[in-house]
Parts: sequence; structure tokens; C-alpha cells
Amino acid sequence: MQPVISIRELTKTYAGGFEALKAVDLDINKGEIFGLLGPNGAGKTTLINIVCGIVTKTSGSVTVNGYDNVTDFRQTRSRIGLVPQELPTETFETPYNVCRFSRGLFGKPPNPDHIEKVLKSISLWNKKDEKILMLSGGMKRRVLIAKALAHEPEILFLDEPTAGVDVELRQDMWNVIQSLRETGVTVILTTHYIEEAEQLADRVGVINHGEVIVVEEKTKLMRELGKKELVLHLAEPIDTLPVGLGDYRLELGADGSELTYHYDTKGEHTGITALLGALHEAGIRFNDLHTSQSSLEEIFVGLVKKGA
Amino acid sequence: MNWHAIKAIYRTEMARMMRTVVQSIVAPVLSTSLYFVIFGAAIGSRITEIDGVSYGAFIVPGLIMLSIMTESISNSSFAIYFPKFSGTIFELLSAPISYIEVVLGYVGAAATKSVIIGGIILTTASFFVDINIVHPFLMFLFLILISVSFSLFGFILGVWADGWEKLTIVPILVIMPLTFLGGTFYSISMLPQTWQTVSLFNPIVYLISGFRWSFYENADVAVGLSLSMVILFLAACLGVVWWIFKTGYRLRA
Ligand SMILES: Nc1ncnc2c1ncn2[C@@H]1O[C@H](COP(=O)(O)OP(=O)(O)O)[C@@H](O)[C@H]1O
Ligand SMILES: [Mg+2]
Repeated sequence: MQPVISIRELTKTYAGGFEALKAVDLDINKGEIFGLLGPNGAGKTTLINIVCGIVTKTSGSVTVNGYDNVTDFRQTRSRIGLVPQELPTETFETPYNVCRFSRGLFGKPPNPDHIEKVLKSISLWNKKDEKILMLSGGMKRRVLIAKALAHEPEILFLDEPTAGVDVELRQDMWNVIQSLRETGVTVILTTHYIEEAEQLADRVGVINHGEVIVVEEKTKLMRELGKKELVLHLAEPIDTLPVGLGDYRLELGADGSELTYHYDTKGEHTGITALLGALHEAGIRFNDLHTSQSSLEEIFVGLVKKGA
Repeated sequence: MNWHAIKAIYRTEMARMMRTVVQSIVAPVLSTSLYFVIFGAAIGSRITEIDGVSYGAFIVPGLIMLSIMTESISNSSFAIYFPKFSGTIFELLSAPISYIEVVLGYVGAAATKSVIIGGIILTTASFFVDINIVHPFLMFLFLILISVSFSLFGFILGVWADGWEKLTIVPILVIMPLTFLGGTFYSISMLPQTWQTVSLFNPIVYLISGFRWSFYENADVAVGLSLSMVILFLAACLGVVWWIFKTGYRLRA
């Protein structure tokens, strides 16, 4: 499939000499929800801002729908909507007016129906004529989302959309993202809350120190890089592990009544059968067991640590 | 060309100005009246005529220039400085627009307001003195060209300024003195020879002189030279704005 955004060897060195991006290559597929994960200062905002035209690149290229984002900026920018990380809003304007302004700015003819739809979808309709100055932080973010959607973008960037956001807004936002996806809009969200990427994203890219470390389908990433663990609830608590079980790197927890075994699904053999045999021989009985897969968060922390 | 963007910017800017309509209309009316009381009555009683024009009427073109220059600069510099300051500029930078749309929108709105204010001052002045405009078309052309040039200049100032002080200091420290020394309230020919020569280095002399010529056909410098100076200034400002957007100077990191 032809990627909707293609980033090649993109670098950015800020005026002070700081190298925020080091030869980033990244493709975003049409219609997907892409989660760009990275700790603070990793270069997420820099990357997004270069694609949107807010920051100038140092070298490399960005194409959107095949158009270069510098030479054909009108083609690329008119397709993109951006909800920035900070909350810069006009103070004396109203939500309705700023949406109408944004739509015009991005070259679209007036369409009151669309603006009404957008404002309603993000629960702003009843505040549409209030001065933005008077709105709460959460409401301001809603205004920014509505602005970004006012010109019906094909690609939406959300830079840390849920940092400091209440549950209600998060829910609204996720609903909006889902319905955008249904209409074929590509969504790229950056976050350092992994839970967000885990719930929403189809694919995940991890960026750290200006380098994209890994890009993978979320489920595959979790399967491949994820460790599984097996927890056994013992019938009788034990104080120490029997000597014969030393090879399994077991963890004894919950006052000696729980044994945790880590294994790799990708490995040649998981070692579960052998472990269970060994337990039987050692005379340890258990009355329950469950397995769980490590979360994206654990994978992410592992990756970032390794890269550091 | 993104016409919807030009319309959006222009409309929003005009609406912003309308919110402060009282201060934008009352202020020039009040200050013009004050100038008339102070300069017209106090000085006018001593200087009755300059080149066959009553002193009160003589200062009208200068007063209009003074207002439209300061208004153009302050309106457009604020219009671009404020989004830069508050961060809302991100939207302009990420929009499918080039300097053409930005200039037509912001500078167009600021210049429109200046022209309106020029009209208000002219009307106010006509209550104090008799004004006849010999070359109304040329007068209007000067008014528009100068409003546009100084709005462009203000735009550049707003992009360049990285603090409120810089935004206010240039109009006060540079434009005001040059305007006052540029023949707003007197004819250059009234100065000693040396100061006449020095004055010719003040670009604003040419603007005021040309504008006044369109009223009364009397001027300190040839009207053709005045018009050339205005166009030169306009072209220079356009060039700088074009360069700003090309390089992203003080707009893009
Ligand atoms: N305008 C700038 N000038 C200099 N350095 C910057 C600028 N903007 C960001 N940086 C630096 O670039 C790095 C990446 O920043 P950013 O892209 O905002 O990261 P993230 O969004 O992942 O938190 C940080 O170290 C930051 O300090
Ligand atoms: Mg960021």
C-alpha cells in the first residue's frame, strides 16, 4: 500500500545546535491510527511540526500523498489537521468563530453544517458563542480539536492529546478518533501514555533521542517483544524454592503462596512443560494458575532503557 | 491562491478592530480636534498662512499622515505579534498559505482601517477649516499606498519584535520623531538651509510633501519624487515580508 506520509532521512538540528532528529525514516499508511511513543524530549513534537510546516527541517524529505511538504506545501498542508501539544487559543474569540476562521484558512468554503457537526461531536456546541478566555483548560483543548477538524482533514495529528485531560474528554476524543477512522482519516497521535497507544493505535513507532527505534503493528509488537508470565497460586505457602527449581528463575511472591514464571512465546520452547514436571517432582501443588502478557508499557520501557 | 484564507484573515482582523471601535474612532477624532485647538489656534494665530494656505488647512494632510502611519504600524504589528506571543501562530504556519495570503489578509485589514481613520480625520478637520482637495484621486492613491506600506512595515516590526518593548519603541523612537520632523506642522522651506538639507534624508518628508501637494499643489519636493519614494518604500517592505516567509525568519524554528 502506498503510504500517505513518507519521511526519509529527516534530520533536525535546532539553532542552538541541538540535534532533535537523527535521520528518521517513517511511513504512515492511509487510514491507520499510528501511535508515536517516546519519552519527553524524544523529538515527537519536532517530527510532527516539521510535517505540518511549523518547524523547518535540516535535511531529508517529507511527502504527503506524494507531494513534497516544502515545494508543494499547499497540497500537503490543506490535507492535514493538527491539535498541538500546548493550548494556544485566541482569547477574545468564540469557538464558533475560530472554527470558521480555521476552515477558511485551510482553503475550504464556508460550511456551517460541518462546523456544527464538529462542535457537537466534541461537546462544544452549547459553548460555541462564549469567549474562549472564559473556558476551562479542557474546553480549550476541545476548541483546538474542533479547529483541527473544521477543514475536514484527511490526516489528523494529535500531539499528546490526553496530557492532563479528564475522563470525559478522553472518551469524547476516542469516539471522535474512531469515527474519523471509519471515514478513512489517518490519525497520528504522539503520547508518552502507553495505555493510549495500546487502546487506539493500529501501529506503534517508538522514538527516543531523535531516533525511531522500532515501528511495528501493535499486536505484533506486543507478541514479539512482549514477555509472558505464568502465575501459579500454591495450595500451601512455601518459604524457599526447592533446590531443583533453581534453573527456572522463578519469583516467589504474595507471602510464599504465588510463583511467577517468565517465558518467551517466541522462544524455541517455553519451558512450561518441564517446569510443571519439576514442580510435581518437588511436591508443590497449586490450585490455580493464569498467564498474562506484558503491556505495551513494559515493552516500551524496556526498549527505551536499552536505547539509552 | 487561497482566497478563502485571505477572506478569513481579513474578516477576523476587521472584526477584531470593530471590537475596539470606540477607541479606534474616538481616539483619532479627539486627537485631531486637540491638534487643531493647540496648533491651529495657538500657532495659527501667529503663522497665518504658508504658501497661500491657511495654517489650519496646511496641517491637515500632515495630521492625516501622522495618524495613518502610527495606526498602520500599531495595528499590523500587533496583529502578527500577538499570535506569535500567544502561540496561535502555529495555525498560520501550518496553513496552506504563503506570504501573499498573509499580506493581503493582515496588511489589507490594517490598511483598510487606516484609510477609514484617514477619512474620519479629514471629516473632523473639515469642521474646523475649509479644505479643498485639488487632486482627489492622487490624494486617495497616496493614502492607500502609504497605509499599505506602513502596515507592511508594522508587520515586519511585529515579526521582528521579541518583546513588547521593541514593539512600542520603534514607533515612538523612530517613526514619531521622523514624522514630526518631516513637515507635519511646517513647511521644510521655513527651516534654515542646513536643516532643509538634513530633512531631505528623512523619507517621511517625501510622503507628507506629496500628500500635501495632492491637496494644495504646494510641496517641499517634486510630487513625482514623492510618489517614487512611496513606491520604493512599498517595494522594500514587500521584499522583506517575502524574505521573512521564505526563510521563516523569527516565525519557524
Ligand atoms: N525551538 C527549539 N529550540 C531548541 N531546542 C528545541 C526546540 N524545540 C525543541 N527542542 C529540543 O528538542 C528536543 C525534542 O523536543 P520535542 O520534539 O518537543 O520532544 P517531545 O515532543 O518528544 O517531548 C528536546 O530536547 C527539546 O529541548
Ligand atoms: Mg512534545
